[in-house]
Amino acid sequence: MAARIANATRKLPVHLVLIFVAVLWMVPTLGLLLTSLMPADIIGSEGWWNLVSEPSKAAFENYDKLFDNNELTTALWVTVQVAVGNTVILVIVAALAGYAFAWLEFPGRDILFVVVIALLVVPLQVALIPIFSLYNTTGLFDTALGLMLFHVAFGMPFAIFLLRNFFVGIPKDILESARIDGASEMRIFFKLVLPLGLPAIASLAIFQFLWTWNDLIVALTFGRDTQPITVAIFSQLRQFGTNIELIAPASFVSLAIPLIVFLAFQRYFVQGLLAGSVK
Amino acid sequence: MAAVRLDGVVKTYADGTTAVNGLDLDIADGEFMVLVGPSGCGKTTALRMVAGLETITAGRVTIGERTVNDVPSRDRDIAMVFQSYALYPHLSVYDNIAFGLKLKKIPKAQIDERVRGAAKILDLEAFLERKPRALSGGQRQRVAMGRAIVRQPAAFLMDEPLSNLDAKLRVQMRAEIAKLQQSLATTTLYVTHDQVEAMTMGHRVAVMRRGELQQVDAPQVLYDHPDNLFVAGFIGSPAMNLLEGTLERDGDGLVAVAGGQRLALDRELVRSRRALPSFVGRPLIVGIRPESIEDAAIAGDGARSRLRGEVLLRESLGSEVMVHLAIDAKQAVTDEVRELAQDAGGEAPGAAEQKAIVVGRFNARSRVATGATARAVVDTRSMHFFDPQTGLGIYDADAANSKELNRS
Ligand SMILES: Nc1ncnc2c1ncn2[C@@H]1O[C@H](COP(=O)(O)OP(=O)(O)OP(=O)(O)O)[C@@H](O)[C@H]1O
Ligand SMILES: [Mg+2]
Repeated sequence: MAARIANATRKLPVHLVLIFVAVLWMVPTLGLLLTSLMPADIIGSEGWWNLVSEPSKAAFENYDKLFDNNELTTALWVTVQVAVGNTVILVIVAALAGYAFAWLEFPGRDILFVVVIALLVVPLQVALIPIFSLYNTTGLFDTALGLMLFHVAFGMPFAIFLLRNFFVGIPKDILESARIDGASEMRIFFKLVLPLGLPAIASLAIFQFLWTWNDLIVALTFGRDTQPITVAIFSQLRQFGTNIELIAPASFVSLAIPLIVFLAFQRYFVQGLLAGSVK
Repeated sequence: MAAVRLDGVVKTYADGTTAVNGLDLDIADGEFMVLVGPSGCGKTTALRMVAGLETITAGRVTIGERTVNDVPSRDRDIAMVFQSYALYPHLSVYDNIAFGLKLKKIPKAQIDERVRGAAKILDLEAFLERKPRALSGGQRQRVAMGRAIVRQPAAFLMDEPLSNLDAKLRVQMRAEIAKLQQSLATTTLYVTHDQVEAMTMGHRVAVMRRGELQQVDAPQVLYDHPDNLFVAGFIGSPAMNLLEGTLERDGDGLVAVAGGQRLALDRELVRSRRALPSFVGRPLIVGIRPESIEDAAIAGDGARSRLRGEVLLRESLGSEVMVHLAIDAKQAVTDEVRELAQDAGGEAPGAAEQKAIVVGRFNARSRVATGATARAVVDTRSMHFFDPQTGLGIYDADAANSKELNRS
């Protein structure tokens, strides 16, 4: 008992520092949440911290207004489409390619993989202009599909790299055993590689989702009327800088959804899925 | 069920290593064939070629009536048990065992019946819902066996399936696998580098060295009539004592002389090894199994063939005593001996040493003490002789010749 108390006291300073940092980190988010809950008439005159002492002032009228605002809900819907759609396409293609690079033998495999890795160094910005003209001629400009495909293309090298390296770590014996048991490559992919690769696939999906959810530059370049939420908030800010009762809840929603997604999927990050298979 | 045949099978890897060189092996329908040899001799490679996991560089593999060189693994109708077990970690024991059956589109009820039947045989009924990670090593091993037997394949292939188990469990599983194979009568090719496993489990044992087959026969034949030095040294534990010697005539009999030791050979033995007299006056290698060496005080004085030496070590096993004697003779040191010593993790004796160490399996009542001089009797009825040039056993000259002819 005494030892435990001594132990706790010894660690106390460290814990205090950590708690302080964590709180500090959360202040902007908390501020945003409280601001979004302030009624329009006081939002310009009072700071959000006043809500801490007088919680009764909080109201959801801003959120009602937000969900009545056609422009913003449409933008939110575009964001959902682009973020979910590009993530799904990316994961499917990258998983198939990753499996092939990891476990199928075909001529030129290693060289091709090096080429894929090399694509990692291409910065997104250099592609904006050429892709812009490409989209113009193909009619992909200002469509959700266009945004999706751009994100898929630029996420692909890293996605293949990540999944291939994870799949390579699956013990070869397991796949060979399945082959002898009578499984085709397709079946091995769906029955073994996908379930066993779940931790890597989930990580990849979350990072791609977050990255594309928060994207601004690609959406600004390739959309005019097709506006994701980031662009919508950005233009609200530019047009009426004082429109804070709409911007605050919109920003908070835009921040909360990926957070929920993250928390929902984080359990798949747990490692050790392979334990017990070999030896 | 089917016979499995390997015809001059060769495997050369991309880097130029020839792991298997001209392997001929005929495994009869229902036979338990054990492939044994030191590490790196190509056992796994041979097995993987039969499984279809490795391409065949040259030669032919036949399963039943069918040449399978170009048949993919999944169509070869074989089951394999891996050294690592290779269980599917995300599936329950039940689904692991049922995996192959589900792929074959067998009706659900029948799958269930077979899985439960296998689980019963293997004592896995209590674990069917568990994931592999919640099983002990022995249970995992049994799941791997279950996965193989429910498929009811033409042949089982097993690559050191017991090497990850502790010694006691290994002995138990050894018997269980042999029993199971007996009752299923499924053709089995079993790879191991443990010669005790090979001797106890196999109907026949094939000994490999550096990718080449040395001898294939029933365990007792390998033990009593090793074709060459390598097989002689590999089969048996403790290993056969090998000494440099010469042969001399003594009246109408023969005497093997090794250093200061003279061993008068049994007449019956000399008669049955007709090639032996041609080695008179020439060097040869004398092989004596430990159980042919007994404490003179216990064996009585009848025999004339004795060894004298200092007792270096006395290992009492309860039922018997292993006695290491340093005798005045020279240990035979050939490539084979060096290779075997290396595989056993030890050092080959130096050629320059003047004392040879022989191991005798003495009766437990033996009173020899460490450091003292002991006298031992050699049972010359079961001695072995090898040609130091070729490493081949010296048996019946005619038989040896005809064997050579058969081979070519
Ligand atoms: N993929 C490969 N490429 C090149 N050489 C290989 C390959 N696999 C095995 N070898 C070589 O082939 C030889 C035989 O290997 P193999 O695995 O068949 O031996 P083994 O008899 O099973 O040995 P162990 O008892 O240690 O398992 C070894 O010399 C090994 O180094
Ligand atoms: Mg091996």
